Amino acid sequence: MLYNEPSPLEVKVLTKRFGLPNSSSIDTYLATGGYQALRKALQMTPEQVLEELKTSNLRGRGGAGFPTGMKWSFVPRGSGKPKYIVANADESEPGTCKDRLLIENDPHQLLEGMLIAARVVDAHRGYVYVRGEYRYLIDILDRAIAEARDRGYLGQNILGTGFDFEAATHTGAGAYECGEESALLESLEGRRGIPRIRPPFPAVAGLYQSPTVLNNVESFCAVPAIVAGGGSAFAALGTPKNGGTRLFCLSGHVNRPGVYELPMGFNLLRMIEEVGGGIPGGRKLKAVIPGGSSCPVLKAAECDLAMDFDTLAKAGSMLGSGGVIVMDEGTCMVQVMLRIMRFYAHESCGWCIPCREGTLWLRKILARLHAGGGVPDDIPLLGELAMSMLGRTFCPLGDAAALPMLSFVGKFRDEFEAHLGGPCPFQRDDRLVAV
Amino acid sequence: MTFSPELEARFEKLLASYPEDRRRSAVVPMLLYAQDEVGSVTPELIQEVARRTGITPLQVDEVVSYYSMLRRKPLGKHHIQICTNVSCLLLGGAGLWEHACRKLGISHQQVTPDGQFSLEEVECIGACSWAPALQVNYDFHHQMTPEKLDQLIENLRKLPGSRL
Repeated sequence: MLYNEPSPLEVKVLTKRFGLPNSSSIDTYLATGGYQALRKALQMTPEQVLEELKTSNLRGRGGAGFPTGMKWSFVPRGSGKPKYIVANADESEPGTCKDRLLIENDPHQLLEGMLIAARVVDAHRGYVYVRGEYRYLIDILDRAIAEARDRGYLGQNILGTGFDFEAATHTGAGAYECGEESALLESLEGRRGIPRIRPPFPAVAGLYQSPTVLNNVESFCAVPAIVAGGGSAFAALGTPKNGGTRLFCLSGHVNRPGVYELPMGFNLLRMIEEVGGGIPGGRKLKAVIPGGSSCPVLKAAECDLAMDFDTLAKAGSMLGSGGVIVMDEGTCMVQVMLRIMRFYAHESCGWCIPCREGTLWLRKILARLHAGGGVPDDIPLLGELAMSMLGRTFCPLGDAAALPMLSFVGKFRDEFEAHLGGPCPFQRDDRLVAV
Repeated sequence: MTFSPELEARFEKLLASYPEDRRRSAVVPMLLYAQDEVGSVTPELIQEVARRTGITPLQVDEVVSYYSMLRRKPLGKHHIQICTNVSCLLLGGAGLWEHACRKLGISHQQVTPDGQFSLEEVECIGACSWAPALQVNYDFHHQMTPEKLDQLIENLRKLPGSRL
């Protein structure tokens, strides 16, 4: 079902079936062009499919923005080992709630994307790793898998072509870290979700040390449209090197929060004003976290920009996972940063000391500052601690905590100073309660 | 240990989904699905999962201690999980959490004396655009207010039936 009204500014490619009656059923899927891309891919060579993907400029929707076609091309197709397809549905980045909708409304689109990946790299088994909290999605996916098998789209000798592929669901059980690809694979193998050192990357040594294509749900969901409509048509929807559309999760202080599919490169201020209906109460914009809590914050004056991977990188932030968190002028940036750091301190798996200790100490210092017990030296210390975490961990969680910390204290230093020796100056109304 | 026929069928399907020599992969799903039926991860359940997946109970125990949804003590029949992460915080998630604590007279990871309700302050549950949000067991409730939470709790009190 839909949890928010669509916007007339949306360009519906991945979400075109959202809101249709029984949108998750295979009958609806087949009646609206479903599994046609698989039929087409089965007639193409793997190289031809890869070429379309590369032309499409599809980049990883989980956050890193790595070109999907290139990622798939790293899988050694001559390897004697079995190969695997893994869809990352461990969506846990604060601010992000799109993969949930993609699976709930259109599970077959994900399966078709995985099937095409399997065809390209010659894999015969795939898993959808779903976060434990999304139990209802497991039921939806299991039903979709059974339907697809009944109709000959999964199992042995798919559509009479001799191609075999089995898909299954796998549940996590509460761990942000398992959204990181190597920790996810550890978890899928039945262990604690602790990151692996890379290289080798999953494309070479992934699940069970075998070549593995591991992508975010949204990345797989874009594949059928690319194969069916051609890579260049998809690329043309976005900006150079940033093909297609993406699902933006608009949250926080906007009149119409929701998940909206917009072309890559959509202007952020327009997104807030025209898609999100502006900020409630006529208040002014203070800041935006543009792609989930791991991304450096943007001040209001920095928000007139195109939402694509390269523009955000140039602006010193990241497009991330599409979680756009909007904050109005009454928001306490120390409180928001404290809440973000509480999250990373809770979710750090403890494997790397800079992350385990760094997030803990940053949380403690931020809590002290927010409560009015900070000392002037705390402010530079926040930056120093964060700097000492950067690049010193096996997985990106350490950086994901350090980068927003550096941006918050760098861009809103005056607010941190305003907390020295007194209560939080932003306790303005009933909507902001101390953490 | 014996489980319901439905859970046994689920386990059978689960184990069949991994390569034959990779039964260990089933550990986390098996623990979570079993917990939903048994109520918590008991020492007996750890032994049973170890036996079925071909690893030692200690290896299972290690896994249990890592995942926040696996619990060694039973929760309330209705486990209310309130998100206070950024998107929810900005729209009153923290106030909602405090309201729930006062209303039920319990705090983080505590259970009411009658075993009906338990509370947990949770990290992002993937409902950011419909904040503030909470889950009761696996059911999502979006755009919550203290008033809507009171109503929800009253409705849950009237419900008979199992934990799920």
